[in-house]
Amino acid sequence: MANQIAIGAVEPGCKKVDPILVADNVTRQFGGLTAVNVEHVEIPRGQITALIGPNGAGKTTFFNLLTGFDKPNTGTWTFEGKDLAGVPSYKVARRGMIRTFQLTKALSLLTVIDNMRLGSQDQPGEGFFGSWLRFNWKSRETQITAKADELLKRFKLDAKREDYAAALSGGQRKLLEMARALMSDPKLVMLDEPMAGVNPALTQSLLEHIKDLKSNGTTVLFVEHDMHMVRHISDWVIVMAEGKIVAEGPPAEVMKNPAVIDAYLGAHADTDLGDVEIGSAKEGN
Amino acid sequence: MDWLNALNLTAGELIGVYTAAYVLAALGLAVHFGFTGLLNFGQAAFAALGAYGYSIATLTLNWPWWAAVLAGLAASGVFALLLGIPTLRLRADYLAIVTIAAAQALRYAFSASDYASVTGASNGLSEFGESFYSLNPIPKGRYDLGFTSMSENELFIRIIGWSLVVIAAVFLFFLTRSPWGRVLKGIREDEDAVRALGKNVFAYKIQALVIGGTIASLGGMVFVMSSQTNQPSTWGTNFTFMIWTILLLGGAATILGPIVGGMVFFALLMFTQSVMEGLVKMGWLPFLDIAQVGQIRFLLVGLILMLLVIFRPQGIFGNKKELQFNG
Amino acid sequence: MNQLTIRKSGVFFALVAMLFALFTAAAPAKAADDPSTYAYTIGGTLLNNDVGVPDVTITATLDAFKSTTKTLEDGSWEIKVPNPGVYTVTLDESTLPAGASMTEKGGNVLQADLTQTDFAAVLFSLGAAQVDTVNWGDQFMIALFAGLDWGLMLALAAIGISLIFGTTGLSNFAHGEMVSLGALVMWVCYPMLGLNIFVSAALAVLAATVFGYTQDAALWKPLRKRRMGTNQMMIVSIGFSIVARYILLLVFGGDTKDIGGVGSPINLGPVMTNDITLYSMLIAAVALGGVALFLTKTRVGKATRAVSDNAALAASTGIDVERIIRIVWVVASALTGLAGVLYGLQFQANWLTGFDLLLLLFAAVTLGGLGTALGATVGAIIIGLVVQLSVLFIPTEMMYAAALVILIVILIVRPQGVLGKKQRIG
Repeated sequence: MANQIAIGAVEPGCKKVDPILVADNVTRQFGGLTAVNVEHVEIPRGQITALIGPNGAGKTTFFNLLTGFDKPNTGTWTFEGKDLAGVPSYKVARRGMIRTFQLTKALSLLTVIDNMRLGSQDQPGEGFFGSWLRFNWKSRETQITAKADELLKRFKLDAKREDYAAALSGGQRKLLEMARALMSDPKLVMLDEPMAGVNPALTQSLLEHIKDLKSNGTTVLFVEHDMHMVRHISDWVIVMAEGKIVAEGPPAEVMKNPAVIDAYLGAHADTDLGDVEIGSAKEGN
Repeated sequence: MDWLNALNLTAGELIGVYTAAYVLAALGLAVHFGFTGLLNFGQAAFAALGAYGYSIATLTLNWPWWAAVLAGLAASGVFALLLGIPTLRLRADYLAIVTIAAAQALRYAFSASDYASVTGASNGLSEFGESFYSLNPIPKGRYDLGFTSMSENELFIRIIGWSLVVIAAVFLFFLTRSPWGRVLKGIREDEDAVRALGKNVFAYKIQALVIGGTIASLGGMVFVMSSQTNQPSTWGTNFTFMIWTILLLGGAATILGPIVGGMVFFALLMFTQSVMEGLVKMGWLPFLDIAQVGQIRFLLVGLILMLLVIFRPQGIFGNKKELQFNG
Repeated sequence: MNQLTIRKSGVFFALVAMLFALFTAAAPAKAADDPSTYAYTIGGTLLNNDVGVPDVTITATLDAFKSTTKTLEDGSWEIKVPNPGVYTVTLDESTLPAGASMTEKGGNVLQADLTQTDFAAVLFSLGAAQVDTVNWGDQFMIALFAGLDWGLMLALAAIGISLIFGTTGLSNFAHGEMVSLGALVMWVCYPMLGLNIFVSAALAVLAATVFGYTQDAALWKPLRKRRMGTNQMMIVSIGFSIVARYILLLVFGGDTKDIGGVGSPINLGPVMTNDITLYSMLIAAVALGGVALFLTKTRVGKATRAVSDNAALAASTGIDVERIIRIVWVVASALTGLAGVLYGLQFQANWLTGFDLLLLLFAAVTLGGLGTALGATVGAIIIGLVVQLSVLFIPTEMMYAAALVILIVILIVRPQGVLGKKQRIG
C-alpha cells in the first residue's frame, strides 16, 4: 500500500506519486512560540489522509494557514501545481479546497436548505446587481436546490430541510457542514475533527460518508484525535508534534513508530496506541 | 385635558415627514445590522452626508435638485467606502466604536467655524428647497386630513418621503430574499463559515454598508427638506440611538419592522408627550414643567431601547429565532 | 421557563425602582417653578471691554414668533420663549452706544439652540479682536501643561471603563454619566450649599459610587446571570446612558455650572494656572498611584487582574468573581466620580459633560490596550496631550475630532493597543 502512495523511502516529508497539495518551509510564530514549522509535506491525491498529533501540535494552525485563514511567517504551498500562498481564504475555496471547522459553523439562523444552497458556487444571484432580476438566477437556483436535496437525502437530513440549523443536534450539524462543503464538488475536503462531539450512533454514518468521498474521487485530509477512526478509514497518516512533521506512513506502520509513541505518550510509551482514547481532548489553538 | 388634540397629534406622527426620514435611516440600518450583523453606531453620519450633500450642492454649487440628490447619495456612498475599507475587518464591537467616533468627528467638522462659508458651521444651512419644491404639482392651499392639516409643500414632502419608504422597502424585500441576501445572512451568522464556502465576505460587507448608508442618506435629505434647515446639532448620537430603538422595536431582520417600528415609536412619543403636557397644565405633575416634558421624550427613548434589548430583542415582528445578537 | 420569567421581571422591577428613586430624589431639587408660561430661556451679557452695555435692543425670532428685550444696566439680558427650536437672535446695531461696535461684521446675528436644553447662552462680541501675542514655544508649553492636566483626569475615568471591561466584557456607554454626576453633585454641595470643598468632594464621589454599585447590582449583574452577550449589553448600556443623562438634565437643569470659581492665579513660566488646577492634578496623580498599588500589592487587586486575564480560570482557583466585579464597580465609579469633581472644579460642567468625554475615554482605553489599567492610564495621558496639542495645528472646535481620528487609526492599525500584546489566534 505504501508503495502505491509514496515514492522512495517512507519518511517525514517523503515524495508522493501524485500529490494534490505540496507545502514547503511553512512556519508560523505566536510571540516567541513556533506553532508550525513544516519543512516539506505532500498530500496524496484521491486518498484519505489523517493529520494526527498531540494537543498543541499545530494541526489546526497548519489547516488555517493552508486555507488562508491565517498568515504564515514563511512558506509556500501549491494546490494542483498552482501557487496558493497568500491567496485569500475565499479564493482558496473557489479553487476547490473546502474546509470545515473544529467547532461546527452551521449557520444557525438559516434553514438547513439555505445552508446547503450557500455552499454552491457560480450562482449569478449572489452578485449584488445579479440579484435584482429573478430570471437571472432562478434557473441556477433550481439546479442548486435539486443538488442540495440530493445531498440532504444522502446525509439523511432531508426531514430537517426547512428547520433552522440551530435546531439540529451537534452530530447533525457536523453532517450538515460536511454536506454543505460538498455542494461545490471540491477536489480536496479538509475536515477539522469531524468526529468531535458526535454521538456514537452517527459516527458510523460519518465514516461511511468520508469513504464515499474517496470513491467519488475526492481527496480528503482530516485532523482527528480518535485513533480507531484513523486506523479504520485512512490510507495515509501524517503525525505532527510541536509544529513539526515527525512521522508519516500507512496507519498500521505509523502506530508502531517509536517517534509517534514518544510524541503522544511520553511516559506511557509501553501502551499500544490503538488502545488509547484521546478523542475527548480538545485542542486549544 | 384635550384628549382629541392628543390623539390628532399622535395620528399626525404616523404619517409625519420626520417619521418617514427616520424609517428610511432605520431601513438602512436593517441592512447593516439586521441582515449583515454590522454594529454601525454612526448611522447619523450617513443621514447627515445626504443632507449636507444635497444642501451644499444646491447652495454652493447651484446644482438642480436631481444633481443635488445624486450628490447626497454619492457623499454617503463614498463615506461608506472610506469607513468600511479599513474597518470592516475589525471585531464587531470595535466597529461600533469606530463608527460612532467617525460620526462625531464628522459632526465636529460640520460645526467648525473655519468651513462656515460652505457648511454654515453651527448655524447650518437653510433655504435650499426651491428647486425641489418647484416640482410640486399640488395647487397652493391648506389640505385638511381631519386630524391634521398642512400646506401644499408639507403635503408634497410627505408624499415623497413615504413613497421613498415604499420604494426602499420593496427593493430591500426582493434583495434580502435573493441569493445575495442569503449570503448576507450567512455573514451575520458566521463570517468564517461563509468565507470557507468561497464567498468574498469583505465585498459583501462593503456592499451592505454602502446600500444601507445611501438609504439612510435619502432619510437625511427628506429630514432637512421639510423645514429647509440643516443643522449639525441634528446629527448627534441621539439621532443614531433613535434609529436603533426604532429598528429594534420593529424587528431588526425584517423589512416591515423598521416601518411599523418608526410609526409606533413616534406615535408613542407624541402621545406620552401630549398626555404629560396635559397633566402638567392641569397641575397633576407638580414637579415637572412643560420644557421637561420634552426632555422626558428622550428619556423614554433610552428606556425603550434598554427594555427591548433585554426582553424582546427580536422586536414586534421579528421571529425570535431569526434575530439574536452574536457576542 | 417559569424561572426565566421571574428573572426577567426581577430585572424590570429593579430598573423601575431605580428610576423611581432617582425621580423622587429629583423632586426637591426642582423647587422653583417658573411663573411665566414660557419654559425656555435665551440670555447673555453684553460687555464692551469688560463693562456692561445697557439699553441695547435684542430680538429673538423663530418662524412667526418674535420677542424683543433691552439689556439691563450690567449688560445682562434674557428672553423667554415658548417652544424648543433654533432661534435667531439679533442685536440692533443702531442701539449700540457711540464707540461700541461688533468685533466682526455680521456678528450681530447669532443662533440659540434650544432643541436639547431649556437655556441657551448667546454672547455678542464687541470691541476690537484680541490679538494673539503668545509665541509658539510658550503656546506649546501651555498646551503641554493643559494636556497633562486633562490626561490625568481622563485617566481616572478611563481606568474605570478599563477595569469594568476587563472583568465583565462590558463596553459601558453609560460611563460618562458617572463623570457628570460627580461634577453636578459637587456643584450642589460646594457652590450651592456652601459645604467645605473636601466634604463636598467626598459626597460627590460617594454619590457616583452609590450610583455605580446600584447599577451593577440592579442591572448588569442580572444580565450577566442571564448570560447576555457583550454586544447586547453594550446596546443596553447605550439605552441606560440616555436614561441617566436625561434624568441628570431633569434634576440639575440644562445650564452649564461654574463650580470651582476662578481660584488664585499661579504662574509657572509661560503657563498661567491656578491653585485649583495644581491641587486637582496632585489629587489625580495620588489617586492613580493608589490604584496602581491596589492592583499590584493587595490580594483583591491581584485577584482583579486575574479575573481580567481569564475569569473562568480565576474562578477555578477559588476567586469569587462576582465579589471582585462588585469591588471593581465600586472602585471604578469612585474614581470616575472623582474625575467628574476635578473636571467640574477646573472647568464648567453640565449634564452632557460626561457624554462629551465618553468617546475620548474609549479612545484612551483602546489606545492603551483594552482591559489593562496601566494601559488606560498611559492611553488617557496620550489622548489628553493629543487633544490639547492639536489646537496648535487645527481649529479649537476640532480638538475632540483629533482624538477620535486617533482612536479610529489605532483600532485599524493596532487593535491590541500600544501596550497590549497581540492575541494568539487560530
